[in-house]
Parts: sequence; structure tokens; C-alpha cells
Amino acid sequence: MALKKDFVKFDKVDKSYDGKVLVVKDLQLDIEEGEFVTMLGPSGSGKTTCLMMLAGFETPTNGEIYLDGKAISSIPPHKRGIGMVFQNYALFPHMTVYENLAFPLRVRKIPKDEADKKIDKALSMVSLQGFASRMPGQLSGGQQQRVAVARSLVFDPQLVLMDEPLGALDKNLRESMQYEIKHIHENIGVTVVYVTHDQSEALTMSNRIAVFNDGKVQQLSSPDELYEKPVNSFVAEFIGENNTFVGEVSDISGGKCKVKIANTDILANPISVKGKGEKTKISLRPERALINPSDQMDNIHTGKIEEVIYHGDHTRVRINLLGNNQFILKVPNSSANLDIKLGKDIKIGWNSEDARALDPS
Amino acid sequence: MSSETKQILTTDGIPLEVSLKKAERKNKIKAFLLVAPLLLFLVITYVFPIGDMLFRSVDDKMVTQMLPKTFKAMETWDGQELPDEEVFAAFHEDFIKLVEDKREGKLSTQLNYTKNGFKSIIKKLRRKSKSFEEGNYKEQIMSVHKRWANVEYWRAIKRRAPEFTSQKYLKGMDMYVNEDGKIVSVEEDRRIHRVLWLRTLEIAFFVTVFCFLMAYPIAHLLATLPMKYSNLLMICVLLPFWTSLLVRTASWMILLQQQGIVNDFFVGIGLVADDNRPEMMYNKTGSYVAMTQILLPFMVLPLYSVMKTISPSLMRAGKSLGGTPFVAFWKVYFPLTIPGIGAGCLLVFILAIGYYITPALVGGASGTLISNQIAFHMKSTLDWSFASAMGLMLLSGVLVIYWLYNKLVGIDNIKLG
Repeated sequence: MALKKDFVKFDKVDKSYDGKVLVVKDLQLDIEEGEFVTMLGPSGSGKTTCLMMLAGFETPTNGEIYLDGKAISSIPPHKRGIGMVFQNYALFPHMTVYENLAFPLRVRKIPKDEADKKIDKALSMVSLQGFASRMPGQLSGGQQQRVAVARSLVFDPQLVLMDEPLGALDKNLRESMQYEIKHIHENIGVTVVYVTHDQSEALTMSNRIAVFNDGKVQQLSSPDELYEKPVNSFVAEFIGENNTFVGEVSDISGGKCKVKIANTDILANPISVKGKGEKTKISLRPERALINPSDQMDNIHTGKIEEVIYHGDHTRVRINLLGNNQFILKVPNSSANLDIKLGKDIKIGWNSEDARALDPS
Repeated sequence: MSSETKQILTTDGIPLEVSLKKAERKNKIKAFLLVAPLLLFLVITYVFPIGDMLFRSVDDKMVTQMLPKTFKAMETWDGQELPDEEVFAAFHEDFIKLVEDKREGKLSTQLNYTKNGFKSIIKKLRRKSKSFEEGNYKEQIMSVHKRWANVEYWRAIKRRAPEFTSQKYLKGMDMYVNEDGKIVSVEEDRRIHRVLWLRTLEIAFFVTVFCFLMAYPIAHLLATLPMKYSNLLMICVLLPFWTSLLVRTASWMILLQQQGIVNDFFVGIGLVADDNRPEMMYNKTGSYVAMTQILLPFMVLPLYSVMKTISPSLMRAGKSLGGTPFVAFWKVYFPLTIPGIGAGCLLVFILAIGYYITPALVGGASGTLISNQIAFHMKSTLDWSFASAMGLMLLSGVLVIYWLYNKLVGIDNIKLG
């Protein structure tokens, strides 16, 4: 059984609410069958709009969405057979957990004994057996969330959409629910499209992440690639922590470029710069820069420690380096690094291939 | 200080409780003093009048006090034949006293409530009694008018002996105590109150239904429209509240009368012939139309307040789970609005059942309600005890509806805002 490459396909989709501003611009997105794809972006970036178009609650202004090869723009939401988990759970407050789960089965006229089996299975999937007769109001937030997940899966949809489902939970519960949803996805192999503005959530759960900004997908790739190899400065800054230097390319040769920053040249990896004189923004992950660097590193500079924040397992050190006083270092907590003191000058080094020279915006 | 701390910390708990009570007492007194004026106001303006109304509706001391000797003499009378001389003499004595006080007119009015025909024979008796000779009052009184020789009139007098009576309540249901002391209905063609009660219920019921049918979509629109439109719509809903009830009713008169705007319009578009304009006022139609319009906000507001709290994602969830828009509405949205429906219906029904001004102005003969009858007895016949009795019957009717509602839906299931 070959998995379809373009199980869900957004084909040149535009969306505008007021006829003046496009909230989604020329969206091109293919989602593979069985994949867990997260739409990640700041609020107002168009990710929820995309999800709503897929669910059928909004219509594309232009372009077409295909589900399993069929154009679905003219199919009403209740005929799409897409499961959905809402931000505020949207459990029916006047029905018990059992009735909530039975709702999608009843409207599909599934016989009662078969429906009961499916409900049992769905409840055990989210480990909520024995809660069937409770009202949603009697459940905690995490339990309600699990009921919502079970309800979206109980009728065996091919595709499940999740709209910031963990937004209302506290941090610990959110993390355990992330793993739980991830495991459910792995076990039953359903295609999931997940929307969130929480990057760590996206990195934890997804096969692929689509980073949205300004109505456009900035980058669509696997979590590690997204983190390690951001293609533009928005992605670099949005995902994870990031140190940046703004400068001008003074030389480019042999897969490396020289960028002039505060009268000093640093070596960087040219990603989106083509020639001399171009403005660029260099992005460097904090954990790729080291103190007391070895001599093999091709960038070694000296900065002054401006702030030290103790984080338990690591220490964050803010350094004024080459005119950038927001340069952050993460120093692992080990006995060797105890000489970090405020006001001290310190040597910092990194490899040029980790310093990605991106677009200047 | 240390002993005080010790006391609070004791494990037997009593000192802690005592000091807690002491600390809370001040707040309780303060809270009570804050509500005391309102409480007093309610007692004076609500409990007293209703108590007085209750008392008035069963009070029948007037006649008892006017004919004390007569009723005493009647105690031994079995009511089969005409009473004997003793009763007549006592009646004469009471009557002379009443004439001296110029109160015989009141007696005639009161006795006339019990049996028609007393007014004229008491007038006649007053004239003739001036020339009565002492002794043998039975013969003399009977000779004044043949009705005085009719045992039924004497029975009617005896029926007024008790200090309290349920007669007004019976009258309110077109029933009375007949000569044999049995409760019977009045003849079919003289029944007026039962028709009015039924009509009141009918009009209140249909007005509630119409209000519900019209208010539900409006409230839904109000709850789902974006703010700038819903505010405008809200003003339209509330606008009637800012206009005098009388003005609103009068404007319906302008609209609905036979030469009115609506009829002109119908004639104008050729829907009805000019010489055959339908009567839309001074009948039930008038009451329905005007009352529905006036009571509509009372249905819209509770519905709106409930619908506002229903998350739009619930309907979406219903649809995404495979329910058609109708199923999603019927299984998800509608059940959640029931508290608002209950509140709105109860409110409109109870208001409609006691409605007065509008039916009085546009209802005509076939569109008036029981409250118009109550007003009639308060203002025209001055039979306040009857008006009180009907008022209390209306009140208990409302309480019964309230109780029924509590049984069926549950009163804690109500939401006014």
C-alpha cells in the first residue's frame, strides 16, 4: 500500500476576508498520507485560516484544496469526514462523554453495538475508560482535551485537524499531552494537520513543520532541518534562540563569505547572499558558539560578559560581542566553567558553516 | 497576647468558632442594614397589599354587622318554610337602625349581589316601614312586596350570615351556591368569566409562541453578528422600551384600524377589496399583534444572553463530526438554549396573562382578558372584593405555571442574563 504523496494538497490558495488584504497568499502545500504536519507561525500569520479552509468553515478566495485527489471546496464540512480538535475543546456540555463520542457515529447511522466498541476503543486510546458517563464539566482540562481527541478519532477519519489543542493547558500537562498525541498518531497512522504558535510543541511532535508568516509558508521541512538550516532570517529567529549580526558581504569565495561587522570581518556560510556588497543578517545558534574555543574554529573573537543568568542545568551568558550586546551563550553546568564572571573579557569561537548568512530583513 | 493566640489555636475548635462568629457578626449586620430599606419597601408595597387583597376577597363581615339580630334569630331557622315572627321582628329592628344611619342602601347593594331583586324591595320597605305599627312584623313586611313573602329571599339573607365567604371565588368561575347550599354553575348563556379565563390562557399561550418564533432568530442574529451590527440591532430591540407603552399601543391602532395604514396597503396592492377591509383591531387579532410586538424584547433578551455564551465552535464541532447543519443545530445548539427559552417563555407568558392596557385599547369585546374584567370591577362596579378574588386567582394561576415549569424543566435551569 503506497502512501499518497499529496494526500492533502493546497494548490495556489489565496484567502482574503475583506477584499483588501490577503491573509493567505498563493499557498502551495502537499501533505503526505499518515504524516504529522504542523503549521507554525505567529498569530495572524494565516495558519488557522488554512486549517479552517481545510475543515470547510472558510472558502478559499482563489485556488483549490484537494483531499485524496478530490477537490473539496464545494463539499460542506459535514461531508468531508475530517476529524477536528478545537482550541477550547468544543465538547458538547449537555452530553456525557459517551454521548459526545457517540455523536459522530450516530449521525453516520452506525449500529449501537458497533458504535459502543468504537467508543470503548477510542476512550482506551486516551486512557479514559470508565469516564463515559461523566459530563464534560466534571472533567479536568487535560481530560476534556483527551475526550476531544478521542471524539475526533472515533469515526476513523482519514485526516484529523488540531487547532492549538493544548493552548489552554498548563506546561507539564501540555508536554505529556504532546507525547500522548504523538503516540496516538504513530499507533493509528492517521494524517494529522496541527496548528500551533508554540515552536517547542511543533518540534516535538511533527514529521514536518510549515512555518507561516505573513500569509506565506516560509519553510516546510523536518524539525531538525528547520532548526539547523533555516532558509531565511524569519525562520531562524522564529525557531529557537538565535544570535544575529547585521553586516555587508565583503568577499565571497569557496563556499564561504566574509562579512564586515563593526570593522571586523567574520566568516560565514552564504545561504542567501550571492555577491559582494550585499546586506546580510548572520544567524548563529547559541549552542554552536563556545567559550575557550579550540584553534580549529575559523571565527574567534573576544567579548565582554554583561549578564549571567543561572538556569540550573545551564547558564545563560549575555555578551557584548562585535557591537552586539545581545549575544547569548548557553554554557553547560560543569565544574570546568566556573570562571564566568560579570565584566570579564572572554574568548568565543564558532565554525563558519554554523553562521548562516541570510537575507537582511 | 500569648493567651489569645493559644485560644485560637486550641484543637477543640470552640473558641475559634466563637471569635469567628464575632468577627463575622459585624459584617452580617452591615449587610442586613444595606438591604433593610428594600426589604421594608417590599413588605409595605407587596406583602401588605396582597394580604389585604386576600382578606378582602373572603371578607363578608359587612352584612353580618348590618343585621346582627336577624342572623341571631335565624340561627334556629331551618330554611324550609318562611321564618317566624321572631326573625321578622329582629330584621325590622336591624333595618330601622340601618335607616337611621342611612346605610340601608349598602345593604340593598350587598344583598343584590346574592340575589337579584333586593334593591327595589328594600327601597319599598324603607318607605312603608315609616308607617309600621308595633307587633306582627311578619304580616306587615310581607305585605310590602310579594318577594318579602318568598322564602328564597330569606334564604338569600341567611346565606350572608357567615363572616367569611368563598362566594367571590365561585363567582369568578361562574359558579354559585344555590338555595340548597350546593355549588353549581350558572346557566350557559350567563357565563362570562370562564370564557375570559380560557381566552386569557389562549392569548397568553399564543403570544408566547409567536414571541418565541420571532425572537429566536433575532436573538441568534444578535449573538452571532459582529459587534457594530449587533449593537444597532440591539438598539432596535430595546427601542420599544424607550417608548411609552400607551404610545406603542396607539400606534398599533393607527396601523391596524380599518382605514389604517396596513389596510390601505393591502387595498393598494390589490390583496383585499376596498369595501371588504378586514378587521384587524378590536378583536383577538389586535391583541395578538400588539401584545406580541410589545412583549418581544422580554423573549429576545434572555435568549440573547444565553446564546451569547454558546461558543460558535460547538456548531462547527457538530458539523465537522458529520452532522448536517440541521442536526448540529437541533442536537447541539438548541438544547443549550433551553434555559433561555424557559426564561423567555415564562416571562412572556406571565406578563401576557396579566396584560391590561393593550387588550383594553385594541382588544375590543373579543380580545379583552381577565385583567380587563378585574379593572372593570375595580373602577365601575366597585366590587373590590370580587376584583381581589379574581386577582388572587390570577396570581395562583401564575404560581401553578411556575410550579409546573419547575417540575418539567427545573427552575435552576433558567437564565435571565
